[in-house]
Amino acid sequence: MLVIGEKLSIIAKRVREAMMNKDKGPIQEIAKAQYEAGAGMIDANIGPAEDGGEEIMEWMVTTIQEAVPLPVCLDTTNYKAIEAGLKVHNNEYGLPMINSTSNDPERFPMLELAAKYGCYIIALTVGKGGLPADEEERAAIAAEIMARAMEYGVPLEHLYLDPLVLQIATTQDQAIKVIRAVEVFKQLNEPPMKTLVGLSNISNGCPKDIRPILNKYFFLMLLNAGLDAAIADPAEIKEAMEEKPLFDAVVQGQEIEDKEKMKIIKKTIDVIEGNTLYAHSYLEM
Amino acid sequence: MAFVVPKESFAGKVFPVTIGTEIQETFGGENTLPFHSFEGEIPNRPLIAYEIQDIPPEDWPETVREVYSEVSDDPAKWAKYCVDELKAKAIALRLIGTHPDQKDLSADDAVKVVKEVLEAVKVPLIILGSNHVDKDSEVLVKVAEVAKDRNCIIGKAQEANYKTIAAAAMANGHKLIAMSELDINLSKQLNILITQMGFEKERLITDPMCSALGYGLEYTYSVMERIRLAALAQNDPVMQPPMLADVGMYVWKIKETQASEEDLPEWGSLQERGILWEAVTTASLLLAGAELIIMRHPKAVELVERFIDEMMG
Repeated sequence: MLVIGEKLSIIAKRVREAMMNKDKGPIQEIAKAQYEAGAGMIDANIGPAEDGGEEIMEWMVTTIQEAVPLPVCLDTTNYKAIEAGLKVHNNEYGLPMINSTSNDPERFPMLELAAKYGCYIIALTVGKGGLPADEEERAAIAAEIMARAMEYGVPLEHLYLDPLVLQIATTQDQAIKVIRAVEVFKQLNEPPMKTLVGLSNISNGCPKDIRPILNKYFFLMLLNAGLDAAIADPAEIKEAMEEKPLFDAVVQGQEIEDKEKMKIIKKTIDVIEGNTLYAHSYLEM
Repeated sequence: MAFVVPKESFAGKVFPVTIGTEIQETFGGENTLPFHSFEGEIPNRPLIAYEIQDIPPEDWPETVREVYSEVSDDPAKWAKYCVDELKAKAIALRLIGTHPDQKDLSADDAVKVVKEVLEAVKVPLIILGSNHVDKDSEVLVKVAEVAKDRNCIIGKAQEANYKTIAAAAMANGHKLIAMSELDINLSKQLNILITQMGFEKERLITDPMCSALGYGLEYTYSVMERIRLAALAQNDPVMQPPMLADVGMYVWKIKETQASEEDLPEWGSLQERGILWEAVTTASLLLAGAELIIMRHPKAVELVERFIDEMMG
């Protein structure tokens, strides 16, 4: 399991300010904390970065790699910024990853870069139109992207298929479809395709105290479906892995000693599988 | 081999809710999808309440205002007219005059109106605020008290004011409408929060928010349909209260019920258009699962009652 630390994102105020002021301190501190919690790669989300994106990405990649011996996941829609980041990336720590291409023609140039620099690339299984309805639509899009990757000269083992996690609070029925998509993606090639999710979007819009619960158990369900990588909070993934034996026991219908935990696991699985309707207080029912 | 019609049966059941004292009405109670009497039990008809209000309905279109022109200056007279002449089975009194942007009438003014209406008619009463979060918690608390033990429906409790309104309904023996804004998950959440206060879920009515045909009806339809399926197929107790479709106020403010025949001759008779719009919107929401309806035009009510007759077989 490859854990890609999600914390260096422009959405976080502290990160945004550090990026604007070129203040290495917070960036390196966050990168180190994620490394210590078990991250195998660090996501650098600089947003659309239309102005000065190249310089920002260069600075982010070097700043991160000064602090931790990890590859970087370059997260922006700005093609030039990605290339600038790839150029300065230290590949001794592992190959970098491009986040991301999709079935939208505007995102095809990202495949060119992945071929040119021989790096990994995330493929979001969405097209130019609306969101995919189910795992079958996701698989159809995945197949198109795979064919295109080969045309561009990107080896399939460099491609990570991302089914696109949606918010459980507003699109509950998609949660189980994402899990099924991971299973289907694995079958699209031999050796199996690699799969990846942006995990925490599942609990976006949910109350703070239940977010880690949803993230953890959704992750374990995905893991059991064959997931290879997650952009996530490495500390949460660590906790999830510690709870995995308990979780698997509950899934197999066994009684576990911690009845409270068992209830939480069961209710969360029911919500993710769509057996009960999600509400912010679903654990209190 | 003879063809056997497959039947679907459900584990869940909608709670029956009985309102009123001297004259009572019950709605809900079914264990099957709307009008699927061939698959389960539907012990009660959907209930239609006539909407009246505390101030003359100056902003209602002529088509529906003219019906009540002789009585709408006095809520008690208006209520009595609906019961005696139109055979209303229930009255929904909307205290719209208390809204700060309307007449900003006080809670005491509202109390007086509620008292008069309760004296004038014996059918069950639904007492609605003006949908102003702060004003409603003030007004509805007082009117719930004056209607104590008359087994009314009080509404609408929303996320921002449910605590005071639910407490008042609970203390005075009323049923309660819980309204959320076209979001099934928020609708469930509000019902949970209200029941966590100790309010029995069997005394709740869910209002997922209405909309008129052509103005987002499909959203209301879809949320209602999913709530009903959660109640029946998932046996989700929080989603088992009956549902309200507050149709009249949404239908009688749209262009199609107001645009004149001179301006839009191709739209046909203004009168028929308005009545049909209210009837068709209501019929759609009955099919989606609504059990309690609030309507305005007697001709539209008549059409819907006939529709229900036919559907109930």
